[in-house]
Amino acid sequence: MKLHEYQAKELLARFGVPVPKGRVANTPEEAEAIARELGGKVVIKAQAHTGARGKAGGVKVAATPEEAKAHAAAIIGMTLVTHQTGPLGLPVHSVLVEEAIDIDREIYLSAAIDNSPGMPVLIASAQGGMDIEEVAAKTPEAIHKAWLDPACGFQPFQGRQLAYAVGLGGEHLAAAATLIGNVARAFMESDGSIVEINPLVVTKDGRLLAADAKFSIDDNADYRQKSLAGLRDRSQEAEKELEAHDAGIQNYVKLDGNIGCLVNGAGLAMATMDAIKFAGGNPANFLDIGTANNPEAVVAALKIIGSDPDVKAVLVNIFGGLARTDIIAEGVVQAIKGGHVKQPTVVRLAGTNVDLGLKILDESGINDLIRADGFAEAANKSVAAAK
Amino acid sequence: MAVLMDSNSRVVIQGFGAAGQREAKTSKAYGTQVVCGVTPGRGGQDIEGFPMRNTVREAVAEFGANVSLIFVPAPGAADAILEAADAGIPVIICITEGVPVLDMVRVKRALSTKKSILIGPNCPGVISPMYNSRAGIMPVDVYLPGNVGVISRSGTLVYETVDQLTRLGIGQSGSVGVGGDPIIGTSQRQALEMFEADPDTAAVVLIGEIGGTAEQEAAEYIKTMSKPVVAFIAGATAPPGRRMGHAGAIIAGAAGTAAAKQAALREGGAAVVENPGDIGSTMQRVLKERGLA
Repeated sequence: MKLHEYQAKELLARFGVPVPKGRVANTPEEAEAIARELGGKVVIKAQAHTGARGKAGGVKVAATPEEAKAHAAAIIGMTLVTHQTGPLGLPVHSVLVEEAIDIDREIYLSAAIDNSPGMPVLIASAQGGMDIEEVAAKTPEAIHKAWLDPACGFQPFQGRQLAYAVGLGGEHLAAAATLIGNVARAFMESDGSIVEINPLVVTKDGRLLAADAKFSIDDNADYRQKSLAGLRDRSQEAEKELEAHDAGIQNYVKLDGNIGCLVNGAGLAMATMDAIKFAGGNPANFLDIGTANNPEAVVAALKIIGSDPDVKAVLVNIFGGLARTDIIAEGVVQAIKGGHVKQPTVVRLAGTNVDLGLKILDESGINDLIRADGFAEAANKSVAAAK
Repeated sequence: MAVLMDSNSRVVIQGFGAAGQREAKTSKAYGTQVVCGVTPGRGGQDIEGFPMRNTVREAVAEFGANVSLIFVPAPGAADAILEAADAGIPVIICITEGVPVLDMVRVKRALSTKKSILIGPNCPGVISPMYNSRAGIMPVDVYLPGNVGVISRSGTLVYETVDQLTRLGIGQSGSVGVGGDPIIGTSQRQALEMFEADPDTAAVVLIGEIGGTAEQEAAEYIKTMSKPVVAFIAGATAPPGRRMGHAGAIIAGAAGTAAAKQAALREGGAAVVENPGDIGSTMQRVLKERGLA
């Protein structure tokens, strides 16, 4: 689950990470009131799950409360389109109103999981405010890391080492080392998957502030992070993906092609998309039905695919392990007979109970079901059917 | 002795619910010694013909269990893995999906002081067809005993790959599903090391995915291998920044793309397959070229 910037900052502040003064506003009037309270120049920032908001017109500076109101009125209700959102963009329902800060220097600081050693890692760079991927590619020596051994957790020396490495020694050392430790604690205690403060700012008056913040929580830890559950903003997720989520299908991603895919297993689902591209087609979605143990789950998934106006053909590609092909076949038959799928449908079944699954298809009385034997054949037939 | 499992493997199943019972029966029918189930509070009972015990230690003491297969739900999976390691089980296979990543951080650290090998979590398990030894959820009908090893992050792509091989008459020495999560017990590279050292294996198929850098680490090792490797990376067409089902399958940065992984594997000397329908036929060609068919 991704958090909004204002939520990320509230969470970080709870762990003692200093953030600019400010609050979230849902209306232009609220924005005006917050600006008045803060006094002086303020920044109005669109709250949407994407970076590069400034370039897309989602960040404005206001000198007066009236100007803050006007900017907020322009930003709230806009659709923010950035390279991260795709062409549809994301709706903006609120703005963060913050004190404008005089920046002396910008630092980069993040916490993430480093898969290979299997440990969380803190990453810092003196080149803040930039795309960190680019910094890492061009000047790898400018990236500094400290790994968090779960046996002892964050250690103060790691905070000092990173602080010195990014030029926060001297007068900033104690505050910087503490801040880095607090970011580590926020990450660990919230089951973070990534926390990114870019930039971490040194102000002209010598303060350290998290000027921008991203925070994502590990979805697998929802059951023990109940206090964070209310932070989910459904408006930031694609409509079809929400529908899937509500139907209990966790792994649905809407794509821009016209062949709807229902597959079991994430790897096979990705490979099916690849095979469709190889056959000259384009997938409309990624959908991993997982271990569907009742036909209803299959029907629910096919409803979502079948009602997608982009979908011109459907490909069901199932290799049963824990998933049983007879249950999948039953679900496919129910969905088609129920009128949920009107597009030409290609079905490829293999694995657990395949004889039973094929028998169900044979005896269904559905004549126009397109059957495929192997992987490539299924992809080819679905591409032909979509034309 | 194939990899990880052979005729001496004695499997205990932790988490003997519906899935555990079903896979226990399938493995037993396949010829695997499934010695007991472990569910706290069920000790002394008999479920579907399998004796139950309360702890893994009892399973080791009474039945000589030396492989543990875990179906315990995600909140208890880390505990189950550590219980198996504490009991001295040398091979622990965790099928469970959805384990919080910070739990795996702690498990991996704890296992670094133990001799146990962990496969998974979020994996299909391990099978050695020539020994009829199976600890996992894979369908058994598609396997054919032979000399090709299969390694994959994804379960269903193991089945797909094995099916393609079997249809061409190419048998398997075994398959190891290493799991689709960001932090797993055994990496693709470590699984390659096992097949390289296995006298029953002549060649290996490696099925990777977008996300992370595990395939690049595997590619480094392939450079040193004596056995040929055929590789496929799933997700070449996936958009960046979107998680494709597996927690680990998300392109975050240049190294995570299929193109970067394919390039590394090619440089490592693997035969890289781009169309997933060509995995079996590519292995057939490689075996012929190397005089291994």
